[in-house]
Parts: sequence; structure tokens; C-alpha cells
Amino acid sequence: MAVELEFERKSKFTQAITDSLIMIKRSSRHIIRNTDQLLGTFFQPIMFLVLFAAVFGGAISEALPQNVSYLNFLMAGIIVQTVAFGSTTTAIAVCNDLQKGIIDRFRSLPMNNLAVLSGHVISDVFRNGISTIVMLVTGFVIGFRSSASILDWLAIAGILLLFTLAFSWLAAIMGVLAKSVEGVQWMSFVIVFPLTFASSAFVPTEGMGKFLRAFAENQPISQIVEAVRALILGNPIGNHGWLAVLWCLGILAVSVPLAAWLFRRQSSR
Amino acid sequence: MTQDTVITVKGLKKSYGSNKVLKGIDFKVQRGTMLALLGPNGAGKTTIVRILSTLLPYDAGMVTIEGYDVRKEADKVRSVIGLTGQSAAVDELLTGRENLEMMGRLYRLTKTSAQARAKELLEDFDLVQAADRPAKTYSGGMRRRLDLAVSLIAAPPIIFLDEPTTGLDPRSRIAMWDIIRKLMKRGTTILLTTQYLEEADQLADRIIVIDGGKVIAEGTARQLKSRVGKDRLELTFRDKKTLDAAKQVLGTAAVDTDDSDYAVSLVINDTNKDVKEILEKLSGKKVAIESMAVHKPTLDDVFLSLTGKQSRANKKEE
Repeated sequence: MAVELEFERKSKFTQAITDSLIMIKRSSRHIIRNTDQLLGTFFQPIMFLVLFAAVFGGAISEALPQNVSYLNFLMAGIIVQTVAFGSTTTAIAVCNDLQKGIIDRFRSLPMNNLAVLSGHVISDVFRNGISTIVMLVTGFVIGFRSSASILDWLAIAGILLLFTLAFSWLAAIMGVLAKSVEGVQWMSFVIVFPLTFASSAFVPTEGMGKFLRAFAENQPISQIVEAVRALILGNPIGNHGWLAVLWCLGILAVSVPLAAWLFRRQSSR
Repeated sequence: MTQDTVITVKGLKKSYGSNKVLKGIDFKVQRGTMLALLGPNGAGKTTIVRILSTLLPYDAGMVTIEGYDVRKEADKVRSVIGLTGQSAAVDELLTGRENLEMMGRLYRLTKTSAQARAKELLEDFDLVQAADRPAKTYSGGMRRRLDLAVSLIAAPPIIFLDEPTTGLDPRSRIAMWDIIRKLMKRGTTILLTTQYLEEADQLADRIIVIDGGKVIAEGTARQLKSRVGKDRLELTFRDKKTLDAAKQVLGTAAVDTDDSDYAVSLVINDTNKDVKEILEKLSGKKVAIESMAVHKPTLDDVFLSLTGKQSRANKKEE
């Protein structure tokens, strides 16, 4: 062997961070290399935004307050929905790692294994960031306008960041539990679909039945949608802001340790 | 003696529910040698490798590698081993070079070391041309080579090779053997699992035969073969008359193999000397031989006599 090998001596904590950074780099490369997924990242949000605005716009604008266009109303909902659906990518990536032999490779290395999960989750944040920007640009092109200030946009970015993290960690749990990629898609369909549609993402909740409305108004997605929407439209944010943050932190507090525990258990079989 | 023992496995047991996969396995591997675990599918070979490489907990027994307890000091064990599993464990979306550099960094190599070592391994493993293509575009043989290269990135002193040539075409298999031989020359300690008897025979210093979660035989290839028997000389003659004449010359040492074939078989101890003597005896009496063959016992015979069944790998090849 010609090459002299030098090894790093770092504390356990710094090493865990280095491992996470390496795995974030890996997962981010996946986003770029996986062409199908990349197309989804760009075109799915455009498609949803344009279709929803065109199809529902006419019918729903009746139910909206005057001077609020459906496109301006929809923007918050469609961003949150895209992020929620996008978390499936984390689930698929985690599931793939576990099903293929590569997880054994990682586990036989002197690395922090949870970096495999955090790598996928954090690269999901980048991907969702791209999707969100694509949607906003498309929105502006077709007539979306907002009175939000820079500070409001920062608050929106903060809430969405927390939400992405929370949902991607939830998705990581799905990825660990599912036996196949098809299983992941099925699970996320059953969980994410009702949560996003039985919410205030696309329509005002006033027209829903009593029970549905009670559910829709109090579930986490609606809190996040309402908080983002208030900031976009320049309305008072009310309780939605801190409820949104609280929900996200609550989900993170449960899903991070649960995902880590399940991952360790599942991968040592 | 103990100083030179790198891997010690004592009374290793593992069950999945009521299914006892390992029923008490013992073996040792000395520094710089290769031990082959030979056995059919489902014998427990992969389970052993997974336990030794800290991937799987075990129920009873003791496993130490370089003196580290596999269970209690997993991180220390991980920094001295390299694992090449059955299902080439590389990241398909990353290029060969990216795979190597990433794994090198995860092995705690510095960035410069990881890059330099990746370059060196790509050259050693004949992957320079494909270095910057995603691994999913690689052929089966290239993928295995990359997988092995990845497990060597931090030059660990101990390598586990879990069926490194299963599913490879003959040419890729021989290329892989050459690479493994090079590793052995550098003094790497290797634990190889295989269902190919020829592979164990070709590469390993010692072989243990595993079946049904137990060690059923161990020794060098030569020792295992000698358990089955010695070399045999088979002589075939043109007709019954010549056969009878030959039998008269050779006496009771000659045993009929098959009457219709006019053939006899003799056990020989020293191939060269014995064969020469037998041929001289026969030509002295003017007995003409139609054909002759020396039959050496193969590891297949060993396996057959030990387990009472043919190895699955060989069945496939026939």
C-alpha cells in the first residue's frame, strides 16, 4: 500500500456531526441523480398549483372573503401539502437503505448510524425548499400577490422548516416500518392524504360537516396552513402561530427518538 | 500462540425463535491466514459473519476480534474489520469514487487520506475508467470489485468475505480470486464463506465445514481430503482376457470397478512411484492397457461423505 493513511481523532459528538454532514451530502446527491424524483420536485408543485387554482378557483372564490383571490388563499395550502407529500421521499429513501444491503455496510463502520436517518431528513429540507421556491415563482407568474414583509417571509420559512423536519422524521418511521417501497407509498397515502385534504389547505372549513370541521380545524396541518396563510395575506395570526410551532415540536419530540429506536431495532435483524 | 489468534469464537449459539441457526460453533483464526467457512445454503455461514461484524446479536458463547468483545466493544471491532457481503453493498446513485471517499470518511479517514486511498483502490481494482460513473451502471463483477474495494478503504487488518464470488461468471470469479490472493500476500487476516468447494480449496489455509449450524469437520484441504481416502488408479483393458491377465499380475490389490468396462481400480499411496511400479509389472507380462486415470478425492467427496448429500453449489454447476 503506497498511501499513508491518516485517521481523525475527534470527540464522539463532533464525530456524530461529521457523520451527519457526510450523509447529508450523500442524500443530497441522490436528489440530483434520481431524475424521476427531480422532475417530481419541480413539476409536481407547478401542476398542483395551476390545476387547483384553475379547477377550484371559480367555485371556491364565492366562499372566500371579498378581496381575497383563490390563488392567494391557496398558496399556503399548496405549499404545506407539497411539503407533507414530499416527506414520502424520506420514507422511501430510508426503506431502500434498509431493504438493500447498504445498511449492513454502514452498521459495520465505526460511524454514528443515526446519521443515515438525519442525512435523508435534512436533504429533504433542501428538496422541499426548492419545491417551495418553484411554487412561489409559478404563483407570481400566474397572479399570486402577497403583502408579507421580509420579516413575515422569514417567519413563514421558519414555520415551514420546522414542519418539514417534523414530517420527514414521521416519514422516517414509516420508512423503517414498511417492508417495501410500495408499502411506504400506501402508508403515506393513508396518513398524509386525509390529513392534508381534511384541513383548511384548499377550502375554508366553514362548509364542512360538524365533525369533519372540528377535526379539520384542530389538526396540525390546518394550524400550519392557517399560520402561513395569515402571514401571506397580512391577516392577524392569532393562536395559529404558536400552535403550529408547538405541534411541530411535539411531533419532533416523539418521532425523533421513536425513529431512532425503531431504526436500531430493525437494522439489527 | 494466543498472541497470534485474531478471531476467537467459542460456543456461539443463535436462534430465531425456535429455529436454531447456530448450535455451538467454535473456531479460531490466526493472524495473516485465511479460514474458509464452507457449507451449503442455510448452514449458518452468513449468520456467523453478521455476528462477527457486529451486525447481529447472539444468544450464547463468546466472540473476540483483536481481543475486543464483539458485543461490548462493537466500535473498536468496527474499526479493524472490513465486510464484503453477499449483496454488493454500494450506493448505486453515487459514483465508484464517491462511494469509496464517503466510506473512507465514515471510517474516520481524513479527507486527503480518503481521496488518495480511493484513487489507489480504483487503480488496483481496475475501476479507473468507471470511477466517475454511478455504480448502478456497473456490471456484476465491477460492482463486487467496488464492494470489496470499499471494505478495504481504511486498510483494515481483518476482512470478512461473505460469498464474494456467488453469482459471478467464471472470468470475474478468477479475477476476484487474484485480488483475494493479493490481499493474503499483504498479510490480511481473512474469513471467507463459500459454498464452492473449489474456492475454499484454492484460497484458504484452513477450512471448516458447517452444516445445520454445527462444525462437522475442520482442517486443511489436504487433511479433509485424506479423510475420504487416498488417490486411486483406474486401469481399463480391451477385453475380458486382458482384464483377467492383469488381475493375475496385480493380485488382490486390484478391485473390479465395473465388469462390463473391463476396468480395475487400485489404491495408491505415492502416486508417482506406485503408478510406475504397476505399469512396469504389467508391461513385463505384456498386458496392454487401453486407458488409465488417477482419481484424486475432491472436496466434493469430503462433503458427500460428511453430510451424506451433495453440495448445492455443485449440483447447480452440473
